[in-house]
Amino acid sequence: MDLITVDHVSKRFPLPDGKGEFTVLGDVTLSVHRGEVLALLGRSGSGKSTLLRIMSGLIRPSQGEVRSNGIPMRGANPNLAMVFQSFALLPWLTVQENVELGLAARHVPLAERQERALKAIDIVGLDGFENAYPKELSGGMKQRVGFARAFVLNPEVLFMDEPFSALDVLTAENLRGEIDDLWNAGTFPSKSILIVTHNIEEAVYLADRVVILGSKPGRIRGELQVSLPRPHDRNHPRFKALVDYIYSVMTNPDIAVTGEVEGPESGVGPEPSPQRNSGSPFARPLPHVRVGGISGLLELVAEKRDGDGSIPQLAQRLQLEVDDLLPLLDAAVLLGFAEVADGDVRLTAIGRDFASTTILRSKDLFRQQALGRVPVLSSIVHTLQEKENRAMRSDFFLGIWDDYFPLQEAERQLATAVDWGRYAELFEFDAIEGRLYLPS
Amino acid sequence: MKPLPEPESIRRSGSFGLPDLAVILGVLALLGMVAHVGAGSMVSFRPPDVSPTVSLDPRNLPDYAARSTLRMFIALAASLLFTLIYGWVAAHNRRAERVLVPLLDILQSVPVLGFLSITVTGFIALFPGSLLGLEAASIFAIFTSQVWNMTFSFYQSLRTVPKELGEATTLYRLSRWQRFTRLELPSAAIPLLWNAMMSFGGGWFFVAASEAISVLNHDYTLPGIGSYVAAAIAAQDLRALGWAMATMAVVILLVDQIFWRPLVAWSDRFRLELSASGDAPESWLYDLLTTAHIPRLVAEASTPVLEGVDRLMSALLGTVQDHEEEPAPPGQERLFNLALLVLIGALLAALIHFVLTQVGLAEVATVFRLGLLTLARVSLLLVLATLIWTPIGVAIGFHPRLARLLQPLVQFLASFPANFIFPFATLFFIHSHIPIGWGSILLMALGAQWYILFNAIAGAQTIPSDLREMADDVGLKGLQRWRKLIIPGIFSSWVTGGVTASGGAWNASIVSEVVSWGTTTLAASGLGAYIAEATGRGDWPRIALGIGMMSLFVVGFNRFFWRRLYDLAERRYHL
Repeated sequence: MDLITVDHVSKRFPLPDGKGEFTVLGDVTLSVHRGEVLALLGRSGSGKSTLLRIMSGLIRPSQGEVRSNGIPMRGANPNLAMVFQSFALLPWLTVQENVELGLAARHVPLAERQERALKAIDIVGLDGFENAYPKELSGGMKQRVGFARAFVLNPEVLFMDEPFSALDVLTAENLRGEIDDLWNAGTFPSKSILIVTHNIEEAVYLADRVVILGSKPGRIRGELQVSLPRPHDRNHPRFKALVDYIYSVMTNPDIAVTGEVEGPESGVGPEPSPQRNSGSPFARPLPHVRVGGISGLLELVAEKRDGDGSIPQLAQRLQLEVDDLLPLLDAAVLLGFAEVADGDVRLTAIGRDFASTTILRSKDLFRQQALGRVPVLSSIVHTLQEKENRAMRSDFFLGIWDDYFPLQEAERQLATAVDWGRYAELFEFDAIEGRLYLPS
Repeated sequence: MKPLPEPESIRRSGSFGLPDLAVILGVLALLGMVAHVGAGSMVSFRPPDVSPTVSLDPRNLPDYAARSTLRMFIALAASLLFTLIYGWVAAHNRRAERVLVPLLDILQSVPVLGFLSITVTGFIALFPGSLLGLEAASIFAIFTSQVWNMTFSFYQSLRTVPKELGEATTLYRLSRWQRFTRLELPSAAIPLLWNAMMSFGGGWFFVAASEAISVLNHDYTLPGIGSYVAAAIAAQDLRALGWAMATMAVVILLVDQIFWRPLVAWSDRFRLELSASGDAPESWLYDLLTTAHIPRLVAEASTPVLEGVDRLMSALLGTVQDHEEEPAPPGQERLFNLALLVLIGALLAALIHFVLTQVGLAEVATVFRLGLLTLARVSLLLVLATLIWTPIGVAIGFHPRLARLLQPLVQFLASFPANFIFPFATLFFIHSHIPIGWGSILLMALGAQWYILFNAIAGAQTIPSDLREMADDVGLKGLQRWRKLIIPGIFSSWVTGGVTASGGAWNASIVSEVVSWGTTTLAASGLGAYIAEATGRGDWPRIALGIGMMSLFVVGFNRFFWRRLYDLAERRYHL
């Protein structure tokens, strides 16, 4: 029997002022099998953290149900333990007291509590630090405490919520390797692992099975089996093929994830179709990036002689995670500066021009592309032109976004639109008065 | 809270030493004093025939001061208990929150001193034949002056517990009690402690005001340092007043050294940042306690007891299964809202009916005019205090060494009860023929101005030094420097200081607009004097009207003035 089963689960949050609902997760079905490492991979907005919290019982699904060992779950699942992105250690408790936390909650007698905690601290290599406070530890050591706190409960499933993303690259690499060793040695304190991440390499390195989530609303696009001997060798051709495949899938929201991975050189590029002209221009979210970020990326790609680059290489060179890199690519594609196919990014003629010209000319190019290809910006300009005083309160536009997104996202949309509009000199924004107006 | 032994102190083992002797003696002395002082409140009291009197012999002062201090601590303990329960309920029950938080906001604005008349009569009736009634009334006055700030701070802290820590405690299945003791109370500890410390300092003012009052044509005296001052004023005894001030200063310093400093040093462990901070607060007493063995032995011995309490309370309070609350069905929610509206409407109607039938509309208009007068005084005070103290505060704040030296002094001045200085000011007004209408502004300022100074210092310290260097570099001088750098830089702090100062000034108006020296009484016309006179006569409708009007003014002033400045500070001048 599967340890955890997610059965047609969806999650919706009500929009403010009774304007309907915002769907974070739509109809997700998924299981965690005994003895596997399962990775949930998705970009921000794919609802992967929400899914993890529904699976752990922290959040209730709007529809569907989660079963633990076949039994429908109510409230926090006692059979699992979680490792948090921000460590979630109590700063006023020592390492040992933090590790004992879950045992104290189960009213395990003091002596047994101490003994089990010491053993868990030993496993993560922190002996000698039992009486230290978290603030005396480095980031990597803090997360070791987080792992010990989870291990001490011998959970059926260990949940990890981006456990290495708050650590620096070297520390993350080291800790990831140790956790993998522990799992491969067969002495791991849990039967299965579920890891949520946006780091593609990490997913392929740790997991036996990778589930790829899509955005808006969050849903499962497909899954793939890693099928490599453990520990997964990063230099194995299949490892590289898997990473390339996932990159190309994640940069193309419209292709199906079949999980059939071939060699890196094969594969027919799907037609990029970024323009979906449905509904109000405000319904289509802008990627949250600054113009400076777009031009920085384009300059880097343009520097390479042939003017295109493999996205995994680009990510590695920039030390950028998918969550930071992909929105930049989205924006470049949306503005017609670049094309993305098959895990490669290629500059268009305009993109090449934009990346290499003077500031003034690049502003002109940006304005031209923005007006032509970003309907929400032209819609704002149009609204301002209609008005006699050529100005409008930003709350007005915020209200329109608010119909399609939760308030926080609506505010981010406005902020991004203002950044782009200002750069293109399409309109100006007075933050104090909260007014958008046309330049005189 | 379980006192956690420091790693070093565990390693240091050995026999009892001098620190332990000091701890034993200290604890015994404290217990003895509390027992002695506590017995004093059981003295027989049958007004108006048998009433305690206050002797002006300075040798009695230590005893009086101890009794006042005990009142302060009982009020503090009550405030803490109230805070923990009220704040917890408000933060955890969505429905209660909708009632409790606005209620807190209103209670915070009600002038505490106006309440005294109601509470004194009530408590005397509750404990006939003993001083306990008066004691309770005085403690209640101090309690109401401290508690709202503390409750608000605790509620805010509970609402801002880091999300992942909350999720961790849910997922690791901590009971409500364990969650409270291991997560919520520790993460609220530092702001709560600072708030309690500030409120405690403000409380001395109310001790002094509540120990000797006349209500319903009776003069009630409760032995204490406040009634000593009142007696000295009646006897026109300047020497006794001097002794009282000196005693007060010593008491404030002692409480700070013996109570607050060690707590602040101990609470440093509850910092939420996960990285080590620069300088930790220090306290000689805390060092002594951590060096001694007895506290650790006591902690070890009480571990099984604490385990038992943990089990018991966990069983009693249960465990939260879910992180989120189930929203109530809309029909039920509407019913709740409707009931709430009806209740508020009924209360308002009753109040308006009472005032109108008892005093009439014309009186309401007069009281409103008096309110405007007091408002003018409070505003003038804020302007003057700002003009005088801001430049001084900024000058101090820009010199770190000077600031370190002077900040404790300003804190001390802020907690020194201003009403101890009132008699000197009154004498000065009488001799130089200054009308009390103007003089009361100075009286109110005696207490309120320190908040402006204190926050000006704090604000100046938050201006990054590279901004100051930049200002020097581009040659900003004089007015320009103030307009471009200093005023925007300290604006947020100034607003905080201004809100506190204005709240203090409104409250102080009740004792500042009517002052006396011996048999001479100076009375200004204003809302504070109106309330004070109505209280003296025991005129309930006018007391209610006066308090209600002042609360309206304070709430209105906060809503239309301070709230806006606060938003502006948040939006524009956040450093």
